[in-house]
Amino acid sequence: MIVASVDAQALVDALGLGAVYALMAVGIGLVFGVLRLVNFAYGQLIMAGAFTLAYASRANWSTWKSIVACFAVVIGLSLVMELAVFRPLRTQSPAVMLVATFAVSFLLQSVALLTVLKVQGQLGMPVSTVARLSQAVTVWGVDVRKVTIVSLVVAALSLGLLALLLGRTTVGLQMRAAAADFTTARLLGISANRVIGFAVLLAGVIAAVVAVLLTARTPYVQSDFALHDMIYVLVGVVVGGIDRLWTATLGGFTIGFASGVIYAALPSDQTAYLPSVLFALVIVVLLARPAGLFAPRGASTMERV
Amino acid sequence: MRRPSHPIELLGPSALVVAVGVLGSFTSTTNVIYFETALVSVAIVVSLYVFVGNSGVLSFGQLSFAAVGAYAAGIMSTPVDSKTGTLPDAFPFLRDHAVGNVTSFALATAIGGVYALLAGVALMRLSGLSAGIATFAVLEITHNVLHEWTKIGPGAGVISSIPETTGMLQATVGALIVMVVAFAYQRSRFGRQLRATREDPAAAQAVGISVHRQRLWAFALSGALSGFAGALYVHQIGSLTADQLYLELTFLSLAMLVVGGATSLWGAVLGALAISGLDSILGQAESGINVGVGVHLPTGTRLVVVSGAMALVLILRPSGITGGHEFSTAWLARLRRRKEPA
Repeated sequence: MIVASVDAQALVDALGLGAVYALMAVGIGLVFGVLRLVNFAYGQLIMAGAFTLAYASRANWSTWKSIVACFAVVIGLSLVMELAVFRPLRTQSPAVMLVATFAVSFLLQSVALLTVLKVQGQLGMPVSTVARLSQAVTVWGVDVRKVTIVSLVVAALSLGLLALLLGRTTVGLQMRAAAADFTTARLLGISANRVIGFAVLLAGVIAAVVAVLLTARTPYVQSDFALHDMIYVLVGVVVGGIDRLWTATLGGFTIGFASGVIYAALPSDQTAYLPSVLFALVIVVLLARPAGLFAPRGASTMERV
Repeated sequence: MRRPSHPIELLGPSALVVAVGVLGSFTSTTNVIYFETALVSVAIVVSLYVFVGNSGVLSFGQLSFAAVGAYAAGIMSTPVDSKTGTLPDAFPFLRDHAVGNVTSFALATAIGGVYALLAGVALMRLSGLSAGIATFAVLEITHNVLHEWTKIGPGAGVISSIPETTGMLQATVGALIVMVVAFAYQRSRFGRQLRATREDPAAAQAVGISVHRQRLWAFALSGALSGFAGALYVHQIGSLTADQLYLELTFLSLAMLVVGGATSLWGAVLGALAISGLDSILGQAESGINVGVGVHLPTGTRLVVVSGAMALVLILRPSGITGGHEFSTAWLARLRRRKEPA
């Protein structure tokens, strides 16, 4: 009975959400790889992008112009974050860095709230520029929102490009080396600032992409935009296995996909319990596989020494 | 190497808390609430410190244990006749019984501890950083269930007419109880073992300490204290919604802990009082109340300043304003000396 309600429609929607969450997980994983830093404020980069789109549609900018502005703002903010926050904290423990980005996240949220209250006089702003993406098209009898197709295509393209970049270019090789052993990589002449700067830049580009996709899904932007998505993705990254980029990405995809499927499987008067069911499942998975769902068998959960 | 602990490490922070309580008793009735809030914050932050400070592992989930404690204490101590109206769907044993003040605290402590123990069994097996992030799962589940399930509480509504027993005396005594337990724990064999795993997990394991077990004990103790602090909180406020004990307070209590200095009891107490004081002043300014000078700040300024302060302290002085050191008579002298170079 429960399985029956998970139809093709629900699966397609779940795939779309999984693709967006996978991209967010890549953004987290790239920076974590080189810095051992979990950037909680990554969600607020996305929020900044979403607000840029909102202000752009308020000013009646064209779609392309506002998307370019969104990329500029998010990438700029990402680089500022690296200079002002990540760099001074580089030598600190992962816990200190995580809590610092938690603070930055709340700082950006409150600034966004203050601004939107002043400009708009209410808590949020509508976005019309990318609204076209949320229209549905019918493919083989299944109603698919355009944004779902775009999400899947963009995620596949981005991941493919990223794989090429990491596998086939010098800077990609350097990033992989830095992720494997930062100290040794530096000893071999890899510039720390260059590698970290590049990882932050890539993460910023991905955040901008996600900002466009999420805004198309939810065309009303508030200061807590992407905050809960971020918590889902972070937990997903841990479930997948935070130590490797591809397990983290799979983890992000899995939590998005699972939340879509669970939402469809729950009886319609019980869907409010989606977070409980999802996170209870997470805890069960972590009990069985503490090193991560996709980590190699026998992987240690001990901290690196 | 740290010197052996000395009673002054507890007496210093306790004296400060008592001083706040005494000062609060002589203040005007409009300001009493800020002193009480500061003392309740001390209880919440010190409970958080028991796990985060001693283990070095972050937790975003400790407030769920405070929330569960607050719900247990709040619902069970509300008079039966007002519950039939506010909690029509609740289980009969919740709706038709009411307990006294002391019982409600005991209940909150027990339920917080048991819940933390159960959650910890799953989460503490993860490595430090992953465990910290995974605690979000507990926070999300707790908030979701408390927000939706009308059989155990008001759901998305509010539970009101909870007896407001946390006056200045109860707030001070409550904060002191949490501090004494925290201090006794960190000086105990278990506390020292956990602190060893914080400094060097590999070396601690090599001398036979189980990282997993020590973290689990601290997580459960911290959960029990959080439950107690939650009861203190709900008996001060007198009404409760699920959103009160969620992300914003999680953020505030973590900010208080790290600004003070996460690795010492003194840091937890000082940070709680400092940020809570700052928060109260800004909150008053936001609602346009005269705070010495007639300022009116836009809504949201409070969080900008607090989060900005937290980020700045972490960047400039990652070990907090106390540097993570316990209180000592040399502390004031050291503070004076630090004024010149950083």
